[in-house]
This record gives sequence, C-alpha cells and structure tokens, in this order.
Amino acid sequence: MTLDWSIIREAIPLLAQGVVATVKISVLAIVFGTVAGFLLGLGSFSGLPPIRWFVRSYVDFVRGTPLLVQVFLVYFALPVVGINLSEFWAGVVALSFNAAGFIAEIVRANIEAIDRGQTEAARSIGMTPRQVLVFILLPQIFRPVLPPLTNELITLVKGSSLLSVISVYELTRAGQAIISVHFVPFEIYALIALYYYVLISALAWLSRALERRLHVA
Amino acid sequence: MAVAGCSLTIAEGEIVVIIGPSGCGKTTFLRCINRLEAPTAGSVVLRDEPIGGQMRDGRWRPFTESELASQRRRIGFVFQRFNLFNHLSALDNVAIGPHRVLGRPLAEARRIAAGQLERVFLAEHLEKRPAQLSGGQQQRVAIARCLAMTPELMLFDEPTSALDPELVGEVLDVMKGLAQERMTMIIVTHEMGFARQVADRVIFMDAGAFIEEAPPEPFFSTPREERTRRFLSRLLR
Repeated sequence: MTLDWSIIREAIPLLAQGVVATVKISVLAIVFGTVAGFLLGLGSFSGLPPIRWFVRSYVDFVRGTPLLVQVFLVYFALPVVGINLSEFWAGVVALSFNAAGFIAEIVRANIEAIDRGQTEAARSIGMTPRQVLVFILLPQIFRPVLPPLTNELITLVKGSSLLSVISVYELTRAGQAIISVHFVPFEIYALIALYYYVLISALAWLSRALERRLHVA
Repeated sequence: MAVAGCSLTIAEGEIVVIIGPSGCGKTTFLRCINRLEAPTAGSVVLRDEPIGGQMRDGRWRPFTESELASQRRRIGFVFQRFNLFNHLSALDNVAIGPHRVLGRPLAEARRIAAGQLERVFLAEHLEKRPAQLSGGQQQRVAIARCLAMTPELMLFDEPTSALDPELVGEVLDVMKGLAQERMTMIIVTHEMGFARQVADRVIFMDAGAFIEEAPPEPFFSTPREERTRRFLSRLLR
C-alpha cells in the first residue's frame, strides 16, 4: 500500500480549518439545543395539554426522522417561509432542532426519575408546582444530565459531518474538496477519521474530568 | 377502597394517635387531610375553611395544585422516609419554606431556620447535607422544616418506622416537646409507649375503618373491641 504523503502533509492544515468550523457548529448547536431542550423538557410537565402535546410531537418527530432528512428540511423549508440563512446557519439550526429534541427527553426522564417523596415534601410545605420544579427538581438534575448531555455533544460533532451535503465547509466537506482535486480518497478520509477521533476523544476526556470534579463537591 | 366512613374531629392543642395493622388505610387517611390524596367523598375542614376546594354556585369545585399550595402551608406533614431535599443543607432545607413560600428574605429565613434547628437539637449540623446525617437527625430536620412554616396542625406518618431502634428516642423526644407546647398533632405510629404518654385520644383503625376510639388509659388497659385486643396483644408480645 503506497500512501501519498505529500498530499497528506498538505491536507493537515487545510483540514484543520474544517475542524474549526466543525467545533463552531457543534458548540453553537449544543448551546441552542440545550436551552431549547430544557424549555421543552420542562414543557412536558406543563398544566396545559396543548403544550404537552406540542413537546411530545416535536420529540417524536426529531427522534423518528433521520438527521440528514432534517438538515434538508431546514435547508429547503426555511426559504419557503421567507427565512434566508446561509448554509452554515441553516446547518446550525437543523442540528439545534435535533439536539433540542433529544435533550428534552433527557431532561424529562431525569426529572421523572427523582423520587416522588421530594415533590410530596415540597408540596406539603406549600410550594406550587412551578416552585417545586424550579427549586427542588431542576437543581437535582444538573449532575445526572451531564453524562447524557456530553454524549449529545459528541453526537452533534459526528452529525455535523452531514452538513457537508448542504455545502457547509466543515471537516468532512473540507476533505471532500481535497479529494476532488487530488483523487486520494483513502488517505483523506483516514485523516478525517483521525481528526474526528482526536476531537471526540478530547471531548470525552473533558466530560469525564468534569463529572469527576462535580462528584467530589 | 382504602378508607371508608372515617370521621375525626380534633380540637386545637389535641393530640390524636392512630394505630393499626399495615394496609389498614391510616396513611391514606392522613394524606387526605393535606390533600396529598383526594378523597372521593367527604370533606376536610380546618377552622371553618374547607381544604381542597370550595362550594361555588352550589357545586363543589376542587382546587388546582397551585390553590392547594396556599392551604398546605397551614398543615405540616412529616413523612416516614423524611423526604429532605437532597441538594440543600439542613439549614436551607428548613429555610426554603419561609424564603420561597412565605416570601421572607433569605437572611431572615435562615435565622428562622437556625432557630428551629436549635429547637430540635441540631444546632451544630446546619451546613450538613441530608446524606451526611443519620436517620434520626434527618427526621428532626424534617420536623424543623415543618415548624418553620408555623403550621396550625401537624401530621406524622409513622415518623420513626424507618429509623434504627437507637435513633427512635431522639425523634420521639422532639415530638414530646411539641406535645408539651400544645401543638395540634395527628400521629400514625407503632410506638405504643409513646402513644400512651402523649395522646389525648387513640384510634384503632382496621380495613379502612375506625374500630375504636378512646383516651390512652381505657384504650390500652381495657379495649372494648375484639379486633383492638387482638392487635394490641400481637404488638405488645
């Protein structure tokens, strides 16, 4: 097996630019997705049936359709309703919508996992359902949601590679650009895989360190 | 049907103890009083105010959870499994009621909380988390948490049943102190000695009904009903 090392050397800095874009996209998506996901997750406990129904449908849709299809939907549907975003922002929006759906489920499941006795005690001292949620339940899910949230971040980093199909210049697309010029698919995709692996390993290590620190508290 | 045809009137400062075999409905009965469970029939009235709902245009309209919240401030409930808020220190467990529910500023709420925790002999444990406290200490924090809301009535659901035997006494001592201060209490318990000392009335409950009701001396020495006698003999064996 002969590898074209000169191309590999050239590709490394070019792909690094793609990594920067990948990181930007993933961070934006996890931030928006977490905010929206928490709101949705709390919404599943709303007293108003239409809100609960909306959250349920939203989560079902996000979990029931492929991310790739969601990316296309956002990319092609937004201009129809008059919103014209660059492909970068369309990609971020699609990933955020996706993340929000999964995070809503994470939040809901962790709140329901809290012992009923906590809610009963809070109600017994006269707290309204809203106060119970905000002062007793939410604070107790911050630690348990951290592992699934960092998992979601890793999923987003991998999912960001799909944005290559709408021409967002992230890591995968950057590699495809090199391949289209130099015809070295194996070397480039191997390098891309390595980049993703290093990036995700760093995230996984960070998340483990964060969890260890918080459990000490 | 867990409870049927049970009727209780309690005067201010009175202490009623309910005893009975497990599954007899005593916990359900207690939880109906502060509306943790909703009775399918019957009413709960606290000083002329109906708890759980109101009559509107001749029909009974049950309260929403938010409306119930303001009524529940008047009734303290001590759980068998303490149910302390795990993410808060002992001090904040007791202070959160006055602060968030009664609207007191945090510093004042914490002062009130410190006072209540002193009352239950836990002044050196203010900053500890529930996980760092023994069962008896946790239950005393739970009692302090109720007291901080200055309730008119306190309900105790088997407060010592989940405790190791050597920790039971410290909780009962606190409850005896409350009894001396004439707190109105309804206590479900298996602690017969405690009931004998503290109760104004003892009720024996079985299969969802009140079988016998009497002051402690006649109740324990000369129970009238056969079922009461059988239960007491099994318990005091």
